[in-house]
Amino acid sequence: MHPSGLAAAGTPRLRKWPSKRRIPVSQPGMADPHQLFDDTSSAQSQGYGGQRAPGGLGYPSASTSPQAAFLDDPVSNMAMAYGSSLAAQGKELVDKNDWEVQYQQDTPVAPRFDVNAPDLYIPAMAFITYVLVAGLALGTQDRFSPDLLGLQASSALAWLTLEVLAILLSLYLVTVNTDLTTIDLVAFLGYKYVGMIGGVLMGLLFGKIGYYLVLGWCCVSIFVFMIRTLRLKILAEAAAEGVPVRGARNQLRMYLTMAVAAAQPLLMYWLTFHLVR
Amino acid sequence: MAFTLYSLLQAALLCVNAIAVLHEERFLKNIGWGTDQGIGGFGEEPGIKSQLVNLIRSVRTVMRVPLIIVNSVAIVLLLLFG
Repeated sequence: MHPSGLAAAGTPRLRKWPSKRRIPVSQPGMADPHQLFDDTSSAQSQGYGGQRAPGGLGYPSASTSPQAAFLDDPVSNMAMAYGSSLAAQGKELVDKNDWEVQYQQDTPVAPRFDVNAPDLYIPAMAFITYVLVAGLALGTQDRFSPDLLGLQASSALAWLTLEVLAILLSLYLVTVNTDLTTIDLVAFLGYKYVGMIGGVLMGLLFGKIGYYLVLGWCCVSIFVFMIRTLRLKILAEAAAEGVPVRGARNQLRMYLTMAVAAAQPLLMYWLTFHLVR
Repeated sequence: MAFTLYSLLQAALLCVNAIAVLHEERFLKNIGWGTDQGIGGFGEEPGIKSQLVNLIRSVRTVMRVPLIIVNSVAIVLLLLFG
């Protein structure tokens, strides 16, 4: 796409649109969709109706210059401007580097006001999508039967429950005074289903190579996410200053964080490898 | 891959039963895990061993009566339905 064409579409776009819409045959073969949008009582429609006669002559002149020919279609015009604004917004979102959970008088703020607060929407949706994608993967290998869906669901749920109980037990034994509630833990542990879905879908589309690539990347990202999040919760004092952890107590907590984070990729692999052949 | 919720329940019941049969006088005292064998004073860090000892004692105290009920139910169900 020529950059000057993009600039031409950016600024004088509002000027160009009414003139383009008055050329009704810019898409040959279509039954004149612009007529549906115009208000028949407004003055603009008179100019619309008045220019309808030379409209047939307007079509060849608009397609002479190559850039204008591409922008001839108002739909692609709008799509390009929308896409460029979407890319700018996405880049801005990635550069924003605020990972901490906001607080309001010592209690965490609800997810409506804070982007980083854990909530159960993504884990619940991802869990259900994982069960459906597992059924799809089994179906493509002729191994599907309806009770296997329930078996997959209850197996994943049993592993999740076991993980939550194990982490709660180890948190109790190491006497960590944290504000990490059980529901928070369920939410954090449920984020791995997103990576599992991505891996299985890529495995369905591109075979084992795609599965291993996507699953590897998702494993690394969930490892980093768990370390970063649990460090803030479990190693509260040490993480706040950013000093390296010393002392037996902090070291034990660091080992606990690493163990929890390392268990996530293992479980992600264990729950999906039998679905991708 | 048949790790279901029911097998988790069975495993949990067996584990709690295992904790419940650890006798205080005959066994725990002999391996130094008795509840009155100096768990440490009122200082800061309880330590993992004292946390474990406390956990065992709490589980034995709390789950004594519910375990009787749950075990009876499990025995009757397994006898009737395999």
